Amino acid sequence: MTVLRAQGLGKKYKRRWALTGCTLDVPAGHVTGLVGPNGAGKSTLLGLAAGMLEPSSGTIEVCGGVPGSGPAQLAKVGFVAQNTPVYANLTVEEHLRLGARLNPGWDDELAHERIARIGLDPAQAAGKLSGGQRAQLALTLGIAKRPELLLLDEPVASLDPLARREFLQDLMEAVAEHGLSVVMSSHLIADLERVCDHLIVLVDSRIRLTGDVDDLLATHRRLTGPRRDVDTLPADQRVVSVRHTDRQTTVLVRTEAPILDPSWDVGELDLEDLILAYLTNPGVERPNLGVVR
Amino acid sequence: MTWLTWRQLRFPVVSVYAALALIGVGLAVSRPVRGGFGDQEFPYLGSLLAVQLLPAVLGVFWGVPMITRELETGTHNLVWNQSVTRSRWLAVKLGVGVPAAMVAAGVLSLVVTWWADPIDSAAALETERSFEPRITPLVFVARGIAPIGYAAFAFVLGIAVAILLRRTVTAMAVTLVVYAAVQLAVPFAVRPHVLPPVEESVTLTARSIAGVQTEESPNGYVPQSLRVLEPAGSWVLANETVDANGAVVRPLPAAVGDCMPAEGTEPPTLADLDRMRECFARLSYLGYRQHLAYQPASRFWPAQWVELAVFLALSALVTWFCFRRLRHLS
Repeated sequence: MTVLRAQGLGKKYKRRWALTGCTLDVPAGHVTGLVGPNGAGKSTLLGLAAGMLEPSSGTIEVCGGVPGSGPAQLAKVGFVAQNTPVYANLTVEEHLRLGARLNPGWDDELAHERIARIGLDPAQAAGKLSGGQRAQLALTLGIAKRPELLLLDEPVASLDPLARREFLQDLMEAVAEHGLSVVMSSHLIADLERVCDHLIVLVDSRIRLTGDVDDLLATHRRLTGPRRDVDTLPADQRVVSVRHTDRQTTVLVRTEAPILDPSWDVGELDLEDLILAYLTNPGVERPNLGVVR
Repeated sequence: MTWLTWRQLRFPVVSVYAALALIGVGLAVSRPVRGGFGDQEFPYLGSLLAVQLLPAVLGVFWGVPMITRELETGTHNLVWNQSVTRSRWLAVKLGVGVPAAMVAAGVLSLVVTWWADPIDSAAALETERSFEPRITPLVFVARGIAPIGYAAFAFVLGIAVAILLRRTVTAMAVTLVVYAAVQLAVPFAVRPHVLPPVEESVTLTARSIAGVQTEESPNGYVPQSLRVLEPAGSWVLANETVDANGAVVRPLPAAVGDCMPAEGTEPPTLADLDRMRECFARLSYLGYRQHLAYQPASRFWPAQWVELAVFLALSALVTWFCFRRLRHLS
């Protein structure tokens, strides 16, 4: 079952395409990590999925409906924006009341329990909260809404390490208990490694890589051996990155088949190596930016 | 949603209503009595200004921030991701804000109308008046039910500009400018023609003439234009001399100078009167007449209803535009 399906999805701001040619299937019941450099289109993709933005091209379907198309659709999708906005002059308690009044599936018990656990004073105005506390409040609203899909844009960026760990724990519990699906963007690969079982890598407004984390790790290999030309590799080994030293060549390949060439020293990758390899090698031909004199 | 909207708007609403209550009490204890209005100049002009400004204030300080504050602090991202559509979000904002604005403007206007009634009634009877009759543009907008329409329009205009510009200060300024432009355009371009004015053709006689405007030249004073007496309490749109073909005459033929009493002779001599009578007879013979177009005082309430309807229709149009634009807002 897919919770998010995009076909040739694109979004253009004035002249610049923030996202283009995005075709994607996100399976339900998973935590999907969305990674990419700044300005790669992560927030745009999440905004499109939440119905905050209108696509300029292509289509997107979330939980079986057009994003933002009606109250029923909105009830199914939760979205916490990057700056975790809250109403500065409303108290924490009033935010929970807001959530309860505006959402048919609101879980009041969960919301109050979370607020108490985090240690937020219900009578405090949200404008006086610290950045991390504000994020916790916004995230609580997102979770207690009980959506089918929760979209989080850099949710843990402003949390301290302990709060971050606890928040991710909460998220995992919600996924396990309620079959919640999550798509979250983050720069903290270590966090994604702990919670994500699905991955989307965005580079230069395009999808560079998408797939199940275990599958991706199983099909990517680091090959180290004497210096050689990578064009001689078998056709079923797709080169992701190459690094040459005087004597040695290190290649990162994606392949379904086992590596048979005995001259290679075959190594495993962790998620961070994998993501960095894709981020540093955009795969798209870039013009040579030499200075013309 | 209503709770949230009220929670956000309650401070501005309460402060404006408190100010209105103060103004109301102040006016109630100072209502003028028929006879002498000499000391009423300040409250008269002050209340006039208050009714004229209130709709603009409501549009700028209630309407605009209602949208821009959400967009500037990013809380639209929060509220649009609860299980409530944007259309409903805007509908509730308008549903709370527009009636609050209409009631505020309506109450102030009706209180001021009641307060100024002795002055307005007196002004409607005098031809040489110290206070303008209530159908003339400056007073008309501060009386009766028209301000209710202005308030609705100013409020939705503020919302529309806020949706388009997204920045509080710019949206406030633009709202004010657009509202002022509409308020200037309507009395000149729309209001005179909605109800066709009464047109009269007045024979020029010594009795009907109210005054002649002259210009100094080497040959003495040359008559430029003349005015005939106007109906009391009316809004005069045209008071001009036309020739036999109906074309407006300006400056007047020099012969008109003869129609005037000689300077410094008071009362006019018999010879003067004869000369004037002859002169007017000659003018009439040549086909000169005075064209008078005006909205009579009795049109005040019909014109108020028309004005209210026009501004409510404008508000509806702007509201429709807001909902159309809302989908593309992010």
